[in-house]
Amino acid sequence: MNPVSSARSEGAGNGARASWFYNPQVRGAVFQVLVVLALLGVLAFFAYNAKTNLERAGIASGLGFLSERAGFDISQSLIAYTNDSSYFRAFWVGLTNTLLVALIGVFFATIIGFVVGVARLSHNFVIRQLAAVYVETLRNIPLLLQLLFWYKAVLSVLPSPRRSLEPLSGVYLNNRGLILPEVIREPGSSLTFYALIAAIAVAIGISRWARKRQQETGQQFPSFLVGLGLIIVLPLVTFLASGMPIHFEYAELKGFNFAGGVVVNPEFMALLLGLSLYTASFIAEIVRAGILAVAHGQTEAAYSLGLRPRRTLQLVIIPQAMRVIIPPLTSQYLNLIKNSSLAVAIGYPDLVAVFAGTVLNQTGQAVEVIIITMLVYLTISLITSSFMNWYNRRMALVER
Amino acid sequence: MTNKILPIVFGAALGVAATAASAATLDDVKAKGFVQCGSNTGLAGFAAPDDKGEWTGIDVDVCRAIAAAIFDDPKAVKFTPLTAKERFTALQTGEVDVLVRNTTWTMSRDTTLGLNFAGVNYYDGQGFMVRKSLDVTSALELSGASVCVQTGTTTELNLTDYFKANGMDYKPVVFEKLEEVNAAYDANRCDVYTTDASGLYSIRLQLTNPGDHMVLPEIISKEPLGPVVRQGDDQWFNLVRWTLFAMINAEEMGVTMANVEEMKGSDNPNVKRLLGVDGKFGEAIGLSNDWAARIIKHVGNYGEVFDRNVGPNTPLGIARGVNALWSKGGLQYAPPIR
Repeated sequence: MNPVSSARSEGAGNGARASWFYNPQVRGAVFQVLVVLALLGVLAFFAYNAKTNLERAGIASGLGFLSERAGFDISQSLIAYTNDSSYFRAFWVGLTNTLLVALIGVFFATIIGFVVGVARLSHNFVIRQLAAVYVETLRNIPLLLQLLFWYKAVLSVLPSPRRSLEPLSGVYLNNRGLILPEVIREPGSSLTFYALIAAIAVAIGISRWARKRQQETGQQFPSFLVGLGLIIVLPLVTFLASGMPIHFEYAELKGFNFAGGVVVNPEFMALLLGLSLYTASFIAEIVRAGILAVAHGQTEAAYSLGLRPRRTLQLVIIPQAMRVIIPPLTSQYLNLIKNSSLAVAIGYPDLVAVFAGTVLNQTGQAVEVIIITMLVYLTISLITSSFMNWYNRRMALVER
Repeated sequence: MTNKILPIVFGAALGVAATAASAATLDDVKAKGFVQCGSNTGLAGFAAPDDKGEWTGIDVDVCRAIAAAIFDDPKAVKFTPLTAKERFTALQTGEVDVLVRNTTWTMSRDTTLGLNFAGVNYYDGQGFMVRKSLDVTSALELSGASVCVQTGTTTELNLTDYFKANGMDYKPVVFEKLEEVNAAYDANRCDVYTTDASGLYSIRLQLTNPGDHMVLPEIISKEPLGPVVRQGDDQWFNLVRWTLFAMINAEEMGVTMANVEEMKGSDNPNVKRLLGVDGKFGEAIGLSNDWAARIIKHVGNYGEVFDRNVGPNTPLGIARGVNALWSKGGLQYAPPIR
């Protein structure tokens, strides 16, 4: 910081006498512009080179293919898709499948990671050692092998459709997947949904009010229990009052597979298991490091103020540990998102399998497809890291 | 910022440089001393390493024939095993000189990929394999089935079309590698396995209990499989195409591995032209005039190649069927050498 500012002030001071040619500010700007121009030139050359070479080799190029009919089916889709949809639609199917497994994976990895991380610091010998074995085993085996293992394990444990397990009435488990009843919404069902949103909003309001009141008056209010009660009771009452406008449609065994219902594919289950358990082993270590980074004096100080152990952990240890935990946690989230592309090995239709796999092959436009795929991963990762950076700034120590 | 951009730029540069196709493939091949051949990762009868690690198969023999024609040495070939997804990119970028990987000749592949199909070395069609325990006798009974299929194939599209045309549903389970599809089907993830019929016979042998599976009678598509080269190098295209034609013509004329030397003394003008006794046909494709004789001496004629790799006396046990010579009721027909 200092050398720059001093150079600047010198430049400003000498500006009147010395030629602009010797002005370090101008020189700096000129060189930066030159570097950027050179880079743009190189990029333009590559783009031009690729274009002429593709033309000379007679390979189709451009993005026109995106609007053509895809003509293939995809086993799992969150959005409406048939083989008559366009390649662009297939791209969205792949992208939403990637986001689905990444989001749920991040959720489970975080929970398992925190539990195991805390367990590694447990005073109980067995729990501590079990957590250590978990971490050391899972983080030291390549993820691809773990995915293949889980896929094989999931498939070999589950029976064929005709001999399905039925853990709950209407829920079937077999090697075609987990088959759940489909939720059919009738008119009026959106009321229940709005009631849920309203209940959440009110619960957040109550917890803010309770916190403010405690800071001002010292009086406590059981805001968590009240909020939870609201979130359960309000939608339930609305649901009953509006005449129960939601019902389940159960899957039926037809021919050799189940028809109807919502199917969670074994590929998805294996990928989710593999990604969550693998990433959780890294998160556990980060959590352990974060907790150990909070000096023991903090605990003692909290005890001496009369806080009970749970409140100490909640109010003193965790908030300080989070400052150490969040930055490396971001990297783990990014790793999980990118690792989800290993889905291709076990047949889960993610972005790489659908778009950089099938679409690339059926159109042959490798350059466009790969560039789009890379840009998508780059975008997802940048969004994730900017969100985590925002969260980190919020949690960071505010210096007064 | 620059230190983040530079790696991306260099990465892009590598990718682009590789797409610059080289023109005279034959000169390059002669200079390096071997043919780089794109093959399947392992499909018995078509391209798979045998117990001694030697690549064998009907596709492999096309590569060996090209090497024999150029170098008089069928072993002057290096194989690059490719998945269905990788194969066209590998050929377009010049990673391989020729792609002989049970690849179906379709119009879009021939016209938009910058590639040319040099001929057909196996006429195939798509079929379905199921477990006998399902009690299915026709593909029309497969509604609702889970179907295992390899990505990036015409198979994937034919499957969609067939089920759609017959008003049936199915669940695709798509893998990138052949081994992964095999493993998933073997683990009972799918009811049905679909690919080219020849492939089904070959894959059935690799399953845990081949006897538990059967190939359904329906053939739902035309799959002419053949060698592919880059567009824009007519000399190399002609060489590959006529290598295949020479093998078919040789079978028609009765020239075999065993009798090729004595056939050089034949009075038949057709045989004389084929074996380079008459005319300068080899020079026209940049080779010596005994090019075809070399192919037959080292690799054999088309019939010999077929019988050795996939024919009735092999584990695959495929009958000649449509792959018989045109004169015997099949489709294999080569223009005359004259």
